[in-house]
Amino acid sequence: MAAIEMKNIVKEYEDGFQAVNDVTLDIADGEFMILVGPSGCGKSTLLRMIVGLEDITGGDMVIGGKRVNDEAPRDRNLAMVFQNYALYPHLSVFENIAFPLRLAKRPEQEVQERVRAAADVLELHEHLGRKPAKLSGGQRQRVAMGRAIVREVEAFLFDEPLSNLDAKLRGQMRTEISRLQRRLGTTTVYVTHDQTEAMTLGDRVCVLRKGVIQQVASPRELYEQPVNLFVAGFIGSPPMNFLPATPEGGALRTPFGTIALDERRAAAVAGHDLLLVGIRPEAFEDASLVEESRRPAGSVFRAHVDVTEWLGDSQYAYIPYEAPERVTTALRELSRELDAEEVRTQAIVSIDASSRIREGREAELWLDTRKAHVFDPTTGANLTRDAEAGAELTRTAAEDRAEHLRAAREHRSAPEAPTAGASA
Amino acid sequence: MRTKRRSRALSLVGALLVIAYATLPVLWIVSLSFKGGDDINNRRFWPTSLSLENYRIVLSSDLFLTALRNSVGIAAIATTISVVLATLAAYAVARLQFPGKKLLLGTALAITVFPIIAIATPLFNLWRTVGLYDTWLGLIIPYLSFSIPLSVYVLSAFFREIPWEMEQAAQVDGATSWQAFRKVIVPLAAPGVFTAAILTFFAIWNDFIFGITLTSSEAARPVPAALAFFSGASQFSQPTAPIAAASVLVTIPVVVLVLLFQQKIVAGLTNGAVKG
Repeated sequence: MAAIEMKNIVKEYEDGFQAVNDVTLDIADGEFMILVGPSGCGKSTLLRMIVGLEDITGGDMVIGGKRVNDEAPRDRNLAMVFQNYALYPHLSVFENIAFPLRLAKRPEQEVQERVRAAADVLELHEHLGRKPAKLSGGQRQRVAMGRAIVREVEAFLFDEPLSNLDAKLRGQMRTEISRLQRRLGTTTVYVTHDQTEAMTLGDRVCVLRKGVIQQVASPRELYEQPVNLFVAGFIGSPPMNFLPATPEGGALRTPFGTIALDERRAAAVAGHDLLLVGIRPEAFEDASLVEESRRPAGSVFRAHVDVTEWLGDSQYAYIPYEAPERVTTALRELSRELDAEEVRTQAIVSIDASSRIREGREAELWLDTRKAHVFDPTTGANLTRDAEAGAELTRTAAEDRAEHLRAAREHRSAPEAPTAGASA
Repeated sequence: MRTKRRSRALSLVGALLVIAYATLPVLWIVSLSFKGGDDINNRRFWPTSLSLENYRIVLSSDLFLTALRNSVGIAAIATTISVVLATLAAYAVARLQFPGKKLLLGTALAITVFPIIAIATPLFNLWRTVGLYDTWLGLIIPYLSFSIPLSVYVLSAFFREIPWEMEQAAQVDGATSWQAFRKVIVPLAAPGVFTAAILTFFAIWNDFIFGITLTSSEAARPVPAALAFFSGASQFSQPTAPIAAASVLVTIPVVVLVLLFQQKIVAGLTNGAVKG
């Protein structure tokens, strides 16, 4: 196990295309780092540079204190799980998992023991004699993971490992990967374009856009204190709503009424004529269901509800709004970058499942103005980001994590404990 | 319903025609080989009585047996060398980008369609000068020059089908490039390698032009060429029936080979390697 440090990593292809541009990222020993971004953002390229399958144009790749830029993949002692698993079809499951050990010429007994141990962890025992072609998608996925955990590696690298599974299995395997990593405490780099995976698995998440790092932070900080429009729009589902706004004294005028700003935020937005207000769907509520004590924290407005979606535990309402040309252009640009569909200028708001708001009617909604962020539509920068609060969120997450790791390592080093822990 | 039945009947008739077209000459040769003595003049398709006389003549003939030894030896050596070299070359063609790759593949394809007869005479003169005339090596070299390009072509298509992740996974697992090739790629490409080997073997086994022009004695003459020198039981009888028997005998190894490797040739070994 080792820390991975990237210093000013650049990947430039022969045609001059820069897939990764000046990435500096420190991944701590035992940390679960997610690389996330829309397709073509360079996340897979970065992962392949860590493992050595892609040449590094510039910068330093340091794994465990050693610069590995010029080392072949086999000398880096990393394990990788590929998107399509890349199992060896001519070998049985046992031999697939044993493959790295066989290459290292380990004694037969050690091979047997280690493969059995890995199969125990992944519940692959009854399949050891079968060929990969006979396995289901989830089982193949587990074999690929078995091949990774069978030896003592510096780090695990996952390249969109769950994208070939159906939704139900994906959720299951996600928790399995999380549990496995927490138990082994091995440094892990995980590439995905799925933000649910990014939010649930990562200790920290690195959001990439066109080969450039946008923000590296805990999932909570990304969600609550995004650094710019791109991160705000990428993280969260349904996505954050962006409303056009014009400053008016200490407040902002939006299609959904006037939003009052506190002193700090008012100062931050001063001097701009047109702005974008970002509000998460859950910051809205059916006004009639908001308790009196919470009411003053936000503002109430009336709007025409276009469509409602009732999902049992929650309910979404779609509210169209008018926006000036400059805002729609900025939003269209953003949605194209995020691989999203063409945005219509409508807000998606989350309301209580018991709400009586019906589609096609006017409704009275409440909006928690404390949670609104204000963005500059030209640069995309978040003008009201509270860096201190954000850092605090990541610090808390890191402490929780360190606690967890310590417990996992004590557990592992305790005699006779590992197999007992596997079933717990 | 009716048109369906009619089209079914039509395709059946078509199939029968094709089968008859392909098997009649073979059956005719087999039938001839069992006609003893003057039975070949019996004006009927089948022999009057089954006779093994021709086979006895063929198998006791030195001419045929040495030719058979030459054929087996030359074909085996040339096929082995050709497949090994072609596998390595095809892997390079499929995986590496190098200048002149298109030209190389184009040349390979051009060679496979090159008329063999055009180089037979020059080769005859050249081989006589350098002393390769009427030797095994003198036949193996031209066979290689024609079979390697074809094999490279067949195999590189096969290698391209194998997902690159296979090798990359092997490399991350700790394999050198050579180990990844030997332990992962070659086993996966086995159906292609067998296909190439069998195609090569057949081409060499059946070759007549080089066999007849580049040999003059029993030292290297292969079966197809030797058959032309075959004489009957006595010099007064036509050797047609013994030649038929010899032809049947040289066809047997080919049939056996195909039956043996039939399952190996079946592709689809990569099933389950990637998502499915």
